[in-house]
Amino acid sequence: MTRFLMVLVVAFVAALPVRAEVQIEEVVSPGGITAWLVREPSIPFMALELRFRGGASLDAPETRGAINLMTGLLEEGAGDLDARAFARAQESLAASFNYSVADDELSVSAKFLTENRETAIELLRKSIIEPRFEPVALERVREQVLAGLRSDAKDPDAIARKTFDAMTYGDHPYATPYEGTIASVTDLSRDDMLAAHAAVFAKDRLYVGAVGDITPEELGPMLDALLGALPETGAPMPERAPILIEGGTTVVEFETPQSVAIFGQRGIAQDDPDFFAAILLNQVLGAGGFESRLMTEVREKRGLTYGVYSFLAPKDYAETVQGQVASANDRIAEAVAVIRDEWARAAAEGVTPAELDAAKTFITGAYPLRFNGNAPIARIMVGMQMMGLPIDYIATRNDKVEAVTLEDVRRVAGALLDPENLHFVVVGQPVGLESTVAN
Amino acid sequence: MTRLRAALAAFALSATLVPATQAVAQQGVTTFELSNGMQVVVVEDNRAPVVQHMVWYRAGSADEPVGSSGVAHFLEHLLFKATDKMADGELSATVAANGGRDNAFTSYDYTAYFQRVAADRLELMMRMESDRMRNIRFTEANVATERNVIIEERNQRTENNPGALFNEQMNAAQYLNHRYGVPIIGWMHEMVSLDKADALGFYNTYYYPNNAILVVSGDVEADEVKRLADIYYGAIPANPDLPERIRSAEPPQTAERRVIFRDARVAQEYVSRSYLAPERDPGDQHAAAALTLLAEVLGGGQTSYMTEKLQFEEQKAVFSGAFYRGTSLDDTTFDIIVVPVPGLSLQEGEDAMDAVLAQFLVDGVDPEQLERIKYQLRASEIYERDNVDGVARRYGAAMSVGLSVDDIQAWPGILQAVTADDIMEAARNVFNREASVTGWLTRPVADDQAPAQEVSQ
Repeated sequence: MTRFLMVLVVAFVAALPVRAEVQIEEVVSPGGITAWLVREPSIPFMALELRFRGGASLDAPETRGAINLMTGLLEEGAGDLDARAFARAQESLAASFNYSVADDELSVSAKFLTENRETAIELLRKSIIEPRFEPVALERVREQVLAGLRSDAKDPDAIARKTFDAMTYGDHPYATPYEGTIASVTDLSRDDMLAAHAAVFAKDRLYVGAVGDITPEELGPMLDALLGALPETGAPMPERAPILIEGGTTVVEFETPQSVAIFGQRGIAQDDPDFFAAILLNQVLGAGGFESRLMTEVREKRGLTYGVYSFLAPKDYAETVQGQVASANDRIAEAVAVIRDEWARAAAEGVTPAELDAAKTFITGAYPLRFNGNAPIARIMVGMQMMGLPIDYIATRNDKVEAVTLEDVRRVAGALLDPENLHFVVVGQPVGLESTVAN
Repeated sequence: MTRLRAALAAFALSATLVPATQAVAQQGVTTFELSNGMQVVVVEDNRAPVVQHMVWYRAGSADEPVGSSGVAHFLEHLLFKATDKMADGELSATVAANGGRDNAFTSYDYTAYFQRVAADRLELMMRMESDRMRNIRFTEANVATERNVIIEERNQRTENNPGALFNEQMNAAQYLNHRYGVPIIGWMHEMVSLDKADALGFYNTYYYPNNAILVVSGDVEADEVKRLADIYYGAIPANPDLPERIRSAEPPQTAERRVIFRDARVAQEYVSRSYLAPERDPGDQHAAAALTLLAEVLGGGQTSYMTEKLQFEEQKAVFSGAFYRGTSLDDTTFDIIVVPVPGLSLQEGEDAMDAVLAQFLVDGVDPEQLERIKYQLRASEIYERDNVDGVARRYGAAMSVGLSVDDIQAWPGILQAVTADDIMEAARNVFNREASVTGWLTRPVADDQAPAQEVSQ
């Protein structure tokens, strides 16, 4: 292999409405790591987004919370640096490294200046490849995680989320908070951190987006220096999760003036041919800011809440449609009734032509607004890769939205929205609401 | 772990690092004034065809009449209702139908309205925003419904959140006479009686071009913004009777105060201390710059003095931090938080905090740490070029509290010029216990007869 073939560059130009251009190049490093790159040489820094599929769902059941705690320890000492030396090194570079984990992925979001890029990459490498997991750091971060778990135990939103997930996802990892429990986190050991690290960090689940002041020729070797030492494979991916939630209401008593509700039902997968119809339906129903039916009926007409939303929640291994609302204890029952009515109305009638048009204009018009900065573009590109979308997707995406017909939305509304199986978890002291199932 | 930090930083108004821009000839920023006195700032970035359009009014909760707390924010909500030309909600619906997002926010010193939309829709945004500057027509029915919405907003933000309730009590104790002691969203007992006359009274006092700042950022050209602004905003007459912004001032603060807030929903107890502190003043920002750096040196991150001492060395805190928000019209606060480790009482946490503050006054500033902070501030000027909307918000907020464009552009240079001695002098001045409030956020005492909450001053 000659050095001229080391970097494989395929360029696509995606024309967004109103002349936005995002030129994505696929770069394959000499070591075989694939990245999508957008060059932006006008500002001397770059954003780098790394994602490892699987995330916290790769936790073994008996060590729930291990991957989350491990993620928190990445910046707490690595290579020859202890936690404080690592922090000083990072500040000296004015680099920002953010490590986070969620149900389906572990993300590393980095931002660093061109003038010290090599040093920044070496520091970032240490944190990903050579974290120390020192006992003293483990105890310190464990205590921070436990503090968060104690807060969640008294936070109505967290209680609602935990209750809903437990009722929905059976014995899948999605059913429990990825932070773990007080008991599981208390028991985590340094060996558990090493196992969590080995489970998550591997080349076979890695996705890379880079945006900024760097060329493809520079990016390839940089990625090899950063990630070349990763093992080829990690823990097996989780199985699909069941969706067990059924219709009804679950009330969790909690002494607080305003009740918080999470509601939801079975959903639709992101690779379903009807996904854009579902997006448009949800835009009309509950995602459309002040204009959505839920916001109009619950807030604008009745003043029952400050905010009500619905959203499609397609995780990698389970799909739901969910929503959230909060109302004073003596008004939540009315809010719930209005939401149930709107759910049934949309399921029965679909949306109007005017609503569909407005939703399409919004969804297509808002798309280019997302590409506002190096880090957001890097995140979008990684998301596209994880969904298996083609590199020219940006140019074709709005056409797919435009192609959805009123009949498509009506059909999807009837098939997707299931008022009989819409479940409300309400945390608070709601007046006029009672649990319909034992919990 | 970021989780806890984020939760704690949230109530401190996210005010540690004020991002910096170049002192001389900031790239892409143009400012001018319309004939009716409306100020205009344009921040150009032509990389993506997007524009953010904002109008900031120099009117916030601290400008409200006594007895109608929350009216500035209530009016903000009502400005999404009908005008002579638009129906209820039409402005937001039009923005959405053009693929954009809109919203508004209210603070102590300002209220701002904004849209983010494709750049070729700027004129439409100006037409609608200028319309509601003087032509709002909300009804009694709007008032009744929207009052319920802001009550639910207070429920969500404050009543359901013991940390937020505690913060309100801290502020109320800090300010003896100034309106910063009253929450932006209002006290519940006053919110429930806000009416149409209250909202219109505020509107007709403050919503005029000579009390507003137009801030446009993104893919625009200053000349074109000027042309459109002249048409839509320039045509609105100024209010010659605009009141001067004189608030009731603080008397000398001579007594240290303590607040103990008890709530069964408290999961994580902590100690909070606030000190009355000077703000950025036009032409005189040196004290504020020193305090900005003091917050960083003392409690701004993993290598800060408090974190080193309390988290790494003594292991007495799960979290500690220092916060200062200098962009304010009147005296602001310098805040310190310590979350003790389990097994340590709040009194022990407070003692540890006071010991570390005393030791800091002996030890002084680590020059290497100061240099790292200054380097990060310089780097933030580079990173900020990728976020013109952020630059725009910074100009809007600063100009709303009376700072000039010169003040804003001089600020990064002033920060860089701060010395270790300046920081220590700022520390000695601000750590005045007579002008401080010390607060405990804690759970009810085991005795069931204990009051649900207790405030002592």
